[in-house]
Amino acid sequence: MVGHGYIQSVTNQAAEAVSESKVSESAPDRRAIVQIQGVSKLFDDSVAVNNLTLDIYEGEFFSLLGPSGCGKTTTLRMLGGFEEPTSGKILLGGKDVTYLAPYHRDVNTVFQSYALFPHLNIFENVAFGLRRRHIAKSEVASRVGEILEIVDLPGFEKRRASQLSGGQQQRVALARALINEPTLLLLDEPMSALDAKLRHQMQIELKRIQTQVGITFLYVTHDQEEAMTMSDRLAVMRHGVIEGIGSPKDIYDSPTTEFVATFLGASNLLEGQVTESTEATTAVRVAGGAVITLPTERLPHGLSGSSVKVGVRPEKISLISSSSDVGRRNSLRGRVLVSTFTGVGNQYIIELPDETRITVYAQNIGDDTAPRSGEEAILAWPVEHTFAVVPMAGASKEAESES
Amino acid sequence: MSLPAGLWLLLLFVIPLFMMLSMSLKTCSPASGACTMTWSWGELPHVVNQYRAQFVTSLEFAAIATLIDLVISYPIAYWIAFYGGRKKNFFLIMLLVPFFVSFVIRTLVWQFILSDNGFFISFLQNHHLVSQNFHVLGTGFAVIAGLAYNYLPFTALPLYVALERIDRRVLDAAYDLYANRRNAFLRVIVPLSIPGVFAAFLLTFIPAFGDYVNQEILGGTANTMIGTVIQDLFLATSDYAGGASLSIVLLAISLVGIWFYARVLGSRSIEEYL
Repeated sequence: MVGHGYIQSVTNQAAEAVSESKVSESAPDRRAIVQIQGVSKLFDDSVAVNNLTLDIYEGEFFSLLGPSGCGKTTTLRMLGGFEEPTSGKILLGGKDVTYLAPYHRDVNTVFQSYALFPHLNIFENVAFGLRRRHIAKSEVASRVGEILEIVDLPGFEKRRASQLSGGQQQRVALARALINEPTLLLLDEPMSALDAKLRHQMQIELKRIQTQVGITFLYVTHDQEEAMTMSDRLAVMRHGVIEGIGSPKDIYDSPTTEFVATFLGASNLLEGQVTESTEATTAVRVAGGAVITLPTERLPHGLSGSSVKVGVRPEKISLISSSSDVGRRNSLRGRVLVSTFTGVGNQYIIELPDETRITVYAQNIGDDTAPRSGEEAILAWPVEHTFAVVPMAGASKEAESES
Repeated sequence: MSLPAGLWLLLLFVIPLFMMLSMSLKTCSPASGACTMTWSWGELPHVVNQYRAQFVTSLEFAAIATLIDLVISYPIAYWIAFYGGRKKNFFLIMLLVPFFVSFVIRTLVWQFILSDNGFFISFLQNHHLVSQNFHVLGTGFAVIAGLAYNYLPFTALPLYVALERIDRRVLDAAYDLYANRRNAFLRVIVPLSIPGVFAAFLLTFIPAFGDYVNQEILGGTANTMIGTVIQDLFLATSDYAGGASLSIVLLAISLVGIWFYARVLGSRSIEEYL
């Protein structure tokens, strides 16, 4: 697996997550193949991308993740040369390509709808880029054969795009881009037209191909599972701004904003006030009076005032029956509202005394102590699995949490 | 649903077609105009032989006019489809507005424009660009100009439809794969607009081939087109059998064109343009 070497400490990443420069500091041996420097894009006075700065390293699988309208596709299109930034600079392999036409940059794209040439057969589709660059005929033939082998479509040369299934068309689109061995491959939600099962299969396939060819991938998606499965690093975008960046594990375990916490996986968030903070731990008093402890390093930077939301992922919580079992963990008391058996586990919705609802996932590992609806329960989770985020401005909260 | 449609087709298409077919098998008396069914198939080869020159003229004029229309329309349609933005419909209507005027009146205006003392010829003569006895009206040029003008929308609209429906993402893909503007045009836009070019060709060439108005109003006596002959046979010499036979030949030639189109591009793509 490429791209994990530069991530040093999982816990240290938390505080650094938003700050791009710190991530690159922790990767001194990696070359930034793409440098987006203060790029903004305005469309008729609406800001699609807002002062974006981002480095993507050679050979990594990087994902831009966010809801529609977050600016991820605009960012991709600026990298491909299909849109010009309103301000800022884009460097590719150290060279300024900000205003370079798409056909002059060493970047290829897998389009959302594949955009295969309907008038050409698969061979000519895949060979299109090589032919434009006047590669010798014999080399074109051998390279097309090779790449079709890699994407697992040997012998499809003579077919038309319309004769292929969605998954096959996607492989052709991938082959058509990869054959040019670009510095950077852009993928614009390439799996959105595939059904769930095929998508899952292609995720694994795509990751295999990326590892095999070693080309830097920039993958744009609104599907958090897809981004987490394949990426070495990913960035969560909202309103044209990156809200969190890092390895999938870092971002999942230590989200820094409420949006990231709810968009990437599910989170239980409780409003509270910081009451005490030492080097190691910070205590937050949440509504209802309970005190939750978290590692101080997970307190986000730039937290103004003492209002925070403390969070914990549903699968990190255990339901216990006796308060003597809590130990040094955080705990809350509640009543089981709903208990749903999902096969791999149980999903509970627990209501706290102040009517806040907490979701808990318990794995189906064969114990029969699962509490039933209406029963009292104690929720407990380790301090190190607790994080805190900057609360989102109240009103727009509902609209943002689409996923 | 299918009954009324079938009924219309029967009334307006199948029955007239059979009437014309049976008419071509009759023998008519030139004096009285009365026709009797004689099942004589000889009329078809006879008229083809007799009016071979007019067929050739029609073929020539219609082909040249269609070619002119393609050359003029392609850039117009391309520009509207790719650069028309939100005003696409406005530009299309601007293209069509002159054609809201009756066909005959439009052609009469061309007669006025091209007449020997009209402003066009006078202008050329006053500037000594052409000789004093130069004239256009009454020549094949005038007929071709009239045909090209009158059938321009039949070329421009199918071309527009073909160019408009080209997926812009496919064009993006071409740019992405190192095609510059010229290459993207030649390798992607042109091939993808070929069905439109064929449709435009058929829709222009077929009516121009059988046209008689332009020849009547703008042409002279030396360049009679087949449409004029048919009109004469029906209305002047009352040779209904001959006129019907010529019409059948005309129809057959058009069908060959459509058959060829369907063979090359598939019959479904015809429906998309008509």
